[in-house]
Amino acid sequence: MGYIANYGYADGSGTWYVIIDSGKCDGCGKCVEACKENVFEVITDDYDDLVAIVKQEKRKSVKYLCNPCISATGKENLPCYLACEKGAIKHSW
Amino acid sequence: MAQEFWRWEESRWNSPDIDWRKEDVITAGVDVGSVSSQAVIMVDGEIYAYANMRTGSDSPDSARNVMKWALEGTGMTVDDIHYIIGTGYGRVNVPFAHRTITEIACHARGANFMYGPTIKTVLDMGGQDCKAIRVDDKGKVTNFLMNDKCAAGTGRGMEVFAELMGVPIGDVGDISLDIDEEPDPVSSTCVVFAKTEAVGLLRAGWLKNKVLAAYCSAMAHRVYTLLERIGVEKDFGITGGIAKNKGVVKRLEKELGLTALTPKHDTQLAGAIGAALFGKGLVEKSRKAG
Ligand code: SF4
Ligand code: SF4
Repeated sequence: MGYIANYGYADGSGTWYVIIDSGKCDGCGKCVEACKENVFEVITDDYDDLVAIVKQEKRKSVKYLCNPCISATGKENLPCYLACEKGAIKHSW
Repeated sequence: MAQEFWRWEESRWNSPDIDWRKEDVITAGVDVGSVSSQAVIMVDGEIYAYANMRTGSDSPDSARNVMKWALEGTGMTVDDIHYIIGTGYGRVNVPFAHRTITEIACHARGANFMYGPTIKTVLDMGGQDCKAIRVDDKGKVTNFLMNDKCAAGTGRGMEVFAELMGVPIGDVGDISLDIDEEPDPVSSTCVVFAKTEAVGLLRAGWLKNKVLAAYCSAMAHRVYTLLERIGVEKDFGITGGIAKNKGVVKRLEKELGLTALTPKHDTQLAGAIGAALFGKGLVEKSRKAG
């Protein structure tokens, strides 16, 4: 069984989290290649499983990184969603 | 020297009843946070010794110092410990650790130990950030969230506030509850803005207890929104330094409509306890594998 990881923040303007379901993610790394903003990396987590995470230094800016992408392709066709065959990635907004 | 209102009490303890030389598995967790550092030594899954002190300017030194303090007078040395895990903000700077584990996983595990397996929702209010964590009955994380942007609602924020108000940090909670009527929360919990706002309120003639109430209530509301996102299921417990602040805890409980579990241990130790327990698991696993 995996866990749901919420990376990002909430501020006065809204809730900005990139959400990864470690139970679905198999660490294939396709999202890492698909995202031009380099949001993701694959690591071995605390429970010794390979999993994608949002890089530490990107967590403070997911709103600004993902919004241009969302307006360009629409939420259904984001590069990261299309790349992830497991459907492990979501956004909170 | 002028009184330092932010200064909280450092502490150390070791069990007079345990003879570590007779025990099987000795592990330690070292949690180097931005504000405080803890070392917990566990023998066969029980807390044998701990130390809790302020983090210095140098993380490796803080790690060494807190470990040294925990070991003091026990006759034990670092080499007697089978496995040491570093966690917290400065976890990569624990030179003698065999492995690092994130504070999320360690707090979940530590809360499960401190509060028992009925705990499902953990709020860690640390020095630098707040985390809302859902856990299963083994203390494994099932959902987590932290606010990576803003240091509001944290131990550091509380220290700055105590200093500004000239109220010893350990008294902030009680004084904030000593009011006739609950004021509106300050509109911002951001350390910088809250400071300006507090100064304004004092100038406008508000008494200290009322300003403290407004600040504690803002902090409580802020962490409430974090918890809301992951969903709160009881039992609910709080770890980290702010868990000791009744002014925040009581207001949060009211907003949640839930009572937090009563801690059996110092809430600042949760991360280090969790780390030491991870260590125990790893030692047992490697022994089994032969
Ligand atoms: S929405 Fe775009 S920028 Fe954001 S993670 Fe997905 S691919 Fe990267
Ligand atoms: S593409 Fe999906 S399954 Fe593969 S690493 Fe990324 S999140 Fe995990």
